This record gives sequence, structure tokens and C-alpha cells, in this order.
Amino acid sequence: MNTVAVSIFVVLFLLVTVLGFVAARWRRGDLNDLNEWGLGGRRFGTIVTWFLLGGDLYTAYTFIAVPAVMFGAGASGFFAVPYTILVYPIVYAVYPRLWSVVQAKGYVTAADFVRGRFGNGTLALAVAITGIVATMPYIALQLVGMEVAIAGLGISMDVPVPGIGVVHDLPLLIAFVVLAVYTYSSGLRAPALIALVKDALLYVTVIAAVIIIPSELGGFGKIFAAADPKTLVLAPATATSLGQQAAYASLALGSTLALFLYPHAVTGLLSSSSRHVVRRNAVILPAYSFALGLIALLGTMAVAAGVKSMPQFAAGFKVFGNQYAVPALFLHSFPSWFVGIAFAAIAVGALVPAAIMSIACANLFTRNIYREYIDPNCKPAREAQVAKIVSLVVKLGALAFIVELPTTFAIQLQLLGGIIIIQTLPSVILGLYTNRLNPWALLVGWGCGIASGTWMAAQLAFKTSIYPIHLFGVTIPCYAALSSLALNIAVSVALSWVFNAVLRTPPSDATAEADYV
Amino acid sequence: MNDNSKPRRRRFRPIHLLLLIPYVAMLWVPSYNRVEPSLAGIPFFYWYQMAWILLGVAVMLPVYFYDERNP
Repeated sequence: MNTVAVSIFVVLFLLVTVLGFVAARWRRGDLNDLNEWGLGGRRFGTIVTWFLLGGDLYTAYTFIAVPAVMFGAGASGFFAVPYTILVYPIVYAVYPRLWSVVQAKGYVTAADFVRGRFGNGTLALAVAITGIVATMPYIALQLVGMEVAIAGLGISMDVPVPGIGVVHDLPLLIAFVVLAVYTYSSGLRAPALIALVKDALLYVTVIAAVIIIPSELGGFGKIFAAADPKTLVLAPATATSLGQQAAYASLALGSTLALFLYPHAVTGLLSSSSRHVVRRNAVILPAYSFALGLIALLGTMAVAAGVKSMPQFAAGFKVFGNQYAVPALFLHSFPSWFVGIAFAAIAVGALVPAAIMSIACANLFTRNIYREYIDPNCKPAREAQVAKIVSLVVKLGALAFIVELPTTFAIQLQLLGGIIIIQTLPSVILGLYTNRLNPWALLVGWGCGIASGTWMAAQLAFKTSIYPIHLFGVTIPCYAALSSLALNIAVSVALSWVFNAVLRTPPSDATAEADYV
Repeated sequence: MNDNSKPRRRRFRPIHLLLLIPYVAMLWVPSYNRVEPSLAGIPFFYWYQMAWILLGVAVMLPVYFYDERNP
């Protein structure tokens, strides 16, 4: 165990915990109101929203997993960069409309909007459940990020407790219970305030890493020379297959379309104080993409440093596989006090999204399941109470998931999560522009998308999400989320046309065009 | 302030077409899938995509300023 690193890590963790509780008093509002607890009172300005969304979207798991793919597979892992470039023009063009209609109608979730726009509770329920199911494994993976950091510090995960015996994953348990308690009491204000610390730590770590590590390794020329020349760029297309390049482009585009359908991303955006804040953030959030690109390159640096063959890291690689590449690289390259800061950045980086994700799930459950089907006349205080309890349950569920089941299971489910969340795109995004789509047609399209996407992932044994499509004698490897979405849209539009022609029911739309601008 | 008496309709703004440029650049993978010319030892594939983070912002800025001036 590395005493200096562990001390700094623990101090930073305690600081963040204090902030989490203090956050309840920040921009004080009535936390017994879902709008205040679950959306921070919609008062976050440009800067706070930037930190909040940065902490929310660029998660600890991203910072472990992206370089891990670069470390193991080379260039194909770099798709995270075009992915996060392409997200922002969409956010800029589309999401101010969602912000405005949600504000005008007092909605809290994307499913609330779908309920109002199409007047169909079943479709809204499908959107809400999709969101919750897609997010749960994502929360679990944040724990994996934290677990890797804690293990990297050499802290034993199995701690003997007098009277109980050996408790597995005790440090993880403590961290998550503390997180659950302050999220319960402070709501969205907690991750917003913690995100300030997280991002400061993150930027310091990344900047130090890209200055120190390449100079230790003799420059970028030597780093890339050490990489496998076969995976330095993508395999080119052949006469019969578009190859890796098609997979790369489809992954970037599919991930882009899925990202802002995730409940935690929607919650982050809706907590901002105006549509101008949404637009401004679309322009300034790419700063994080730059950090992500540099972090991705850490995977290549880890190859050049040769951490995999170093005996002191053998145990870590055995447990965590390539996900141990970045922690090993930090341990190898940094003095121990800075290892403490870097690992705290990863661990705190897990807390922010985990908190927002659980709040987003809680909002969905409360608004679109509890209030819709269980207690339609519930008072605002009751609504907030239910949401707080659900946020606890969701986090404990994620914890049980990671402690009880193998990590690969969470990774596979998260892969499936991207495929299913994208199926809400026609209802939410197309819904922002037209009410002429029939809700039952959207529901059938959603079902076709989920079924075909899951089927493709199952054919691939949930190991990858790139399903080869054979078209006119050419193989096109395509991200299953994208191909299943195409089917979903085709079915939704075609059936809407049929239903509208046959039934001639006028759209039951609770919103007006003026609500969107 | 805005005239709220008549509903404002959202009209398409041609300047928003600028937002499509990053999609063409990034999804056209063969255009950048190579090692040379490298920059400070970083292969073209990597530095070109990193550069597009900045270029992506560069195409959003004129759209942003136009929209803020013409609400």
C-alpha cells in the first residue's frame, strides 16, 4: 500500500463528501419539491452546467475504458473522439427545443414530454422504462471505474471486520453508501458542486500526464513506433467488405445519437437556466472532448511504457484486464503524491455521473410510473420523497450488481444499453419536430428496434455490438444500435402513415408550436 | 421583448447547414485513415481528429453568434 497516495486520495474523498452535504444549502430551494431536488431548481448557469455536464458525460468509466480499448485494440478505440465531436452540433440544433417545451409545460423528464406530445401513456411508459433499464448497468460500471482506482492504490478490497468476518469490496461499499446519503439529502445540487472539484482534478491530471509521460518515453514519435503497426490505423476496405472503417463511422454516429437520449444527459441539460445556456454549452463542452482524446492516447502510451510485462502490475491486469492499463501507467510514471490526485480524479469522476444517473432514474420512476400508474393525485412533497427513495434503491441495486455478478455482465448490459436507449429517438427527437407520428406506430417501431438490436447483440454473444450486414455482396460491419434504429424509424413512419390514413384520429397534442421556441 | 400575441414559427435558417460539416468530415473515415503526414510524431489519423474538435467549435461559433443576434 502506498501511504502518501492513499492519504491524498482519502483527504480529497473526504473533501468531496463534505461538499456533497453542504450542497443542500447551495442556491437554497425547497428540496421537498421534485423540480428542486431532481433538477436543481433549473437555475444552473453556463459555467455550472458546463461542469455538471462535463462530469456527467465524460465518466470515470469512459476514462478507464477508452484507453483500455486503445491499449488492447489500437486505432478503433479512438472512435470516442469523432463521437464526442458529432454530439454537439445536435445538442446545439435540437435540445433548445426540448428545454423550452419542458420549461413551458413544467415537465421533468423526456418521457413527460412524450406523454404530452402524443397523449399516450403507454408510449411514455416505454420511454421511461427504456431509460431506466439502459442507465442501471451504466451506474454499475461507474463502480468498476472506482474499483480499479481503489485497487490501484493497493487498498485491499476484502477487509476483515471484527464480529462480522471478511467483508468483500468494503471500501467500495463505504464510498457508495456515503454517495447515496448525500444524493438523498442534496439532490442534483450535490453532483453539480462536486463536479467542480472532479473536473479541476481531471484537467490537472490530464495536462500533467501528456507533458510528463511522453517526455519520459522519449516523445510521441517513439510512443507510436512502439504500437503495433497493424492497429496504428484502421484496416482498409476490401473488395467484399467495408471493414473496420465502416464499423468506426457507425460507432461514432450511433453513439452520438444515443448519448443525449440517456436520462442522465437529459437531466443535466434540463437543469440549466435557459435555452441560451444549452446553446452556449454545446459550443464550450468540446473542451472535454480534447481531454478525452488525450486520455485515449494514454492507452498507446501504456503500450510504449510496457506496463503489461512489469511484474508489479501482473496482479492488477489479471483482475481488471486492459482496464488496468491507465492506473498502471500512472503508478509507473508519477510520484506517489500525484498518483493520489490522479486516482482521486478517477474515483470522484465515478461519483458525479453515478449521482446524476440515479437521480435521472428516480425522476423517471416518480413521474412516469409512480404518478402515472400508482398514485395519480400525489402531492409534490410525496413526489420528491418517492424520488429520493428510488435514488437510494437504484444505487444499492447497482452496488449489489457489481459485488455479486462478474464485471463482464455489467459491460455486456451497458453495451446493450446503447442499443436500446437509441430506440427512443423517434419519440423524443422526431417528436420535437412533428406530432403527425402515431403513438402506437412509434411503440411498434420501438419494439422492432429493441427486438432486432437485442437479437443482433445476442448473435454476437454480447461481446461486441458490430453486426455485419450483407448487402449486394458487400459486408458492411455496422453498430447494431444504428441499423436497428433505421428499422425503428422505417416502421414508425410507415405505420404512422397507414394509421393516420385509416383511423383519421387527430393528434392529441398538449403542446403548441410556441412552446418550442 | 418578443411579441407573444401571435405564435412565432420556427423558420429554417440556412446558416445551420454549417453544422453538417463535421459529420461529413468525421464519417468519411477513408479521408483520414493514414499515418502520414504525422505531426510531432503523432500519426495523421490521431492529430487530424483532435484538430476537428477545434474545427467543430469553429463551425458552431458563427451559427451561435447569428442565432443570438436574431432570436
